[in-house]
Amino acid sequence: MMKELEEIRRIRRIIGAGIWEKSGSGLLLFRPGALPVTPSRMQIAYLIPVFAALMATGTALGTEAAACVFESADTPVPVQPIDQLVAANLTPLGIQPVLCSDAVFVRRVHLDVIGTLPTAKEARDFIQDPDRANKRRILIDRLLARDEFADFWAMRWGDVLRIKAEFPVNLWPNAAQAYHRWVRAAIASNKPYDRFARELLTSSGSNFRIGPVNFYRAIQNRKPDGIAAAVALTFLGTRTDTWPAERLNGMAAFFSQIGYKPTNEWKEEHVFWDPLGTSTTANNTAPGRAAIAPPPPAPAPNTTPSTTPATTPNIPPITPAAAPDRPRCAIFPDGSKIELPPDRDPRDVFAAWLITPDNPWFARNISNRLWAWLLGRGIIHEPDDIRPDNPPSNPALLTYLERELVTNRYDLQHLYRIILNSRTYQHSPVLRVPTPAAVANFASYPLRRMDAEVLIDALNKITGATDLYTSAIPEPFTYIPADQPAIALPDGSITSPFLALFGRSARATGMVSERDNKPIPAQWLYLLNSSHIQRKMEQSANLKTIMDPSRKAPAIIEDLYLAIMSRFPTPEEVATIGAYGQVQPAKPAAAANPAKPASVVKRREDWLDVAWALLNSSEFLYLH
Amino acid sequence: MKSRIHPTPATPPGLNLNAGHAMNRREALRLGLLGTSGLCLSNMALAAADGPPAVPGAATPPIHARAKSVIQIFLWGGMSHIDTWDPKPDAGSDYMGEFRKAIPTNVDGIQLGELFPNLAKQADKYSLIRSMTHRNNGHETAAYLMQTGHAPGERLAYPSVGAVFSHFKSPGYKGLIPPYVVLTQPQGRFSEEGFLGPKMKPFATGGDPNAARFEVEGVVSRGIPDARQLARRELLVKMDTMGAAMAASPQLAASEEAKKLAYELILGQGRDVFDLTKEQPELRDRYGRHTFGQDCLAARRLVEAGVPYIVINYPGGWDTHSNHFNTMRRQCPQLDQGLAMLLQDLQDHGLLETTIVWCCGEFGRGPKVDWQPPWNGGRNHYGNVFSVLVAGGGFKGGHLVGASDKRAEEVQDRPVYPVDLLGSIYALSGIDTKARLPHPMGTEAFVLPAAVEGAKSGGLLTEIMS
Repeated sequence: MMKELEEIRRIRRIIGAGIWEKSGSGLLLFRPGALPVTPSRMQIAYLIPVFAALMATGTALGTEAAACVFESADTPVPVQPIDQLVAANLTPLGIQPVLCSDAVFVRRVHLDVIGTLPTAKEARDFIQDPDRANKRRILIDRLLARDEFADFWAMRWGDVLRIKAEFPVNLWPNAAQAYHRWVRAAIASNKPYDRFARELLTSSGSNFRIGPVNFYRAIQNRKPDGIAAAVALTFLGTRTDTWPAERLNGMAAFFSQIGYKPTNEWKEEHVFWDPLGTSTTANNTAPGRAAIAPPPPAPAPNTTPSTTPATTPNIPPITPAAAPDRPRCAIFPDGSKIELPPDRDPRDVFAAWLITPDNPWFARNISNRLWAWLLGRGIIHEPDDIRPDNPPSNPALLTYLERELVTNRYDLQHLYRIILNSRTYQHSPVLRVPTPAAVANFASYPLRRMDAEVLIDALNKITGATDLYTSAIPEPFTYIPADQPAIALPDGSITSPFLALFGRSARATGMVSERDNKPIPAQWLYLLNSSHIQRKMEQSANLKTIMDPSRKAPAIIEDLYLAIMSRFPTPEEVATIGAYGQVQPAKPAAAANPAKPASVVKRREDWLDVAWALLNSSEFLYLH
Repeated sequence: MKSRIHPTPATPPGLNLNAGHAMNRREALRLGLLGTSGLCLSNMALAAADGPPAVPGAATPPIHARAKSVIQIFLWGGMSHIDTWDPKPDAGSDYMGEFRKAIPTNVDGIQLGELFPNLAKQADKYSLIRSMTHRNNGHETAAYLMQTGHAPGERLAYPSVGAVFSHFKSPGYKGLIPPYVVLTQPQGRFSEEGFLGPKMKPFATGGDPNAARFEVEGVVSRGIPDARQLARRELLVKMDTMGAAMAASPQLAASEEAKKLAYELILGQGRDVFDLTKEQPELRDRYGRHTFGQDCLAARRLVEAGVPYIVINYPGGWDTHSNHFNTMRRQCPQLDQGLAMLLQDLQDHGLLETTIVWCCGEFGRGPKVDWQPPWNGGRNHYGNVFSVLVAGGGFKGGHLVGASDKRAEEVQDRPVYPVDLLGSIYALSGIDTKARLPHPMGTEAFVLPAAVEGAKSGGLLTEIMS
């Protein structure tokens, strides 16, 4: 039996999944339209009896037979540096990785790169594209240029940069939109990552007009040490909780001269370099405001100082002495000290240090983050917990990625390209050696449930439905068009019950763990049995077209699989679905002929059940 | 029944957050507070009154935690207090509006507004707090205050009382139904789970318990009979190609486990809890054949199933800026019928002793009627003083706590702040209000704010705890 399965696996890898139909004469016929290459007659002749036997006996789909759907026959040859470095760790573990099938790849790369399910046509065209040497590379390039690429990665960065109008930070809707717009534009134009970071750290101006100034406003603890902690988490991938106080305070000094002042526009605020502490000086005024900072408690009359000039009775003269608590020295996270120059914004000094090519922390963090986003796990794991006692699973690999990023002038798309084109990214999802070492060294592509936004977008794309997104903050900036995809929502305060239930990030801290994709029963109640999902399916014009009663069953099944699973069905799946539905009692005339089995009739609700089962399958719900 | 009214509370010393205001027993006696109403003071409060002066952080008085479940009837929008549970017949029509009468109850000295004849027969089962206050008149901020005890505008978004119950009670809870259930619609004024995350979100049933079939969202679905439910579940198993290929995957195992629990609700015993047709029709009639009445019946069934925290968000709400008196005429009788029957039925089932019922809005409504357009005889938001009904689970019945002034405009006696009400509910349920809540950034966060954080307190409701 093992040998037989091995043979099935070998041949099916060659021909891929195709459609098998029973002909009028009862013979199985192979419909080769779904094939990347036309199988030889000999291969078909060989397979027919094998599948016929499987289908006749109703043999359950074995693990190996099922794996054929997900794996490719090609043996990965590690030619690229990434793959050689990964192989250097896997070979000693005795692991020979397997590549994923084209069907798995087209779905995976769409979901990972643009957060959007491929259409049935996109999946079919890719699977049937005969250019096997280049088609994966070409698809990657095409996806990196799509509009959804910017939407989806602005969503990911929105989690890190905490783009949310209210709770726990009052960023305000207009500012959240400006922040998101800037981030999305930076991604769309492939702004070099060093400039991206620098602008976030050093911009000044209105929160409504200069998007990146909101980096400092979207922090819960806006004191210098709180800002330093947020900067370290965002750009160094490190948590400051365990830092010695001296180190954190030294870094905090760079952020001790940031001022915030209101304007006479409601909720507008300027972020600026405020070396003299004017924005914290009591009784200083701003347009439309009585005072920027609240006045100090009135001193007892007999202690009132009389040094204030008569012309400006309420405003003391502004001198550097007005901010005597401002530190003069600062310490970089690497331990080197600097005296803050009086004529330069300390944020600028810090940013210059941060983005120097020699600074290993900066490139390491983003390389590791990007790897983790695409492969589900960082080379340093968790990706925002970089520290000396949490070493990378493959240091040479991480160093390689860092060098690639720096030598290519912080071009993030270059990094996307080399990772996505690697054999490593294209590994099979089947984990054959379930050891921690295999997982940490990327022996297979890890299963991950689709992010909340990606999942609801996929459900809506398949059914043609839409969801209502609302914000509890009643401002015009939160108007959402009906067909808005969830991945393009600019502001974490704009939400829906679905997004909350499926663990969208609360965007309170910027930590990776804020997004929670772990399964809970309430999510299953929703997917399996809610009126929301049921209604989407029952009212779906897309599904109605596919399930048109005038169409043949195999064609309906094929279209459902391409639309939902992004692949062709296997013969076993066709057989399983074929048997589902109402068993038609044999007609009296036919009953005389015992050889003729009762036929199965499918009503619309049976087809809906098939679509329901596909939407509730782990293969649909999980990135694989 | 003898009146057991507390014009002034015994300050509960161990929990007095305004250190220095605690009276010892001698002072209390000198002021005559213990004279006629001395018998009303709980032994515990008396014992504690002789103890050392209260300081924040001092030992909690030994409150006997007996509540296993809580039913919160949230009169969102804010129910008028002067028309209902704090009538002031002497205040004149500018205040009393169309409801001039107060009616007696089965407890001497407690009167209710004229629209509550059923609750009037049950006054021995509940106590009324007539001095609830937080002085906040915004729906969102007041709802946040009343459901978290924390001041709105703090940097952290605290979880609601239900989510806190969910957090502390989940580990020992083995029921099929989620530990924090909302009948039927979530209120959505703020994110109830706060920083505890989506796992602590309430399970909102959706559907209408007064309909022929209570279609609980995700549990009881429209038009899918069990046979089809079973058939497609089987189909789902058969079509699981990826599950067959990756049988060893821990991710898929976790997902299957969650799915199994969901199916126990869909096809197992869990859904029976929501099946109100299992009750006698006569009993359903007595609850009232309206959504709120049947909400109350569903809540009792959830209590029987062991669910720790149940919220009934009053269908339609009470935000009666205009058309106030007509709305009250329509809604109060339903509230009266459902709530009175719930208390009676909980007692008949022996559940009242272990079930806290509390009922109030996020605030009351202005006691002075606004006759001007556009309100034309409406009442607006009012957080200075309003009323709360508490019963069961260790709360004594037949008492009044505090009082409003003669026009129900300000607290006259014994202010009760959100931390006092919530603190008492937590205490009777065995939840330590000083316990730390897990925060994703490791920030220190506690169930209730402490006095040092400036939270106002009038002390726990020990005078009505048994």
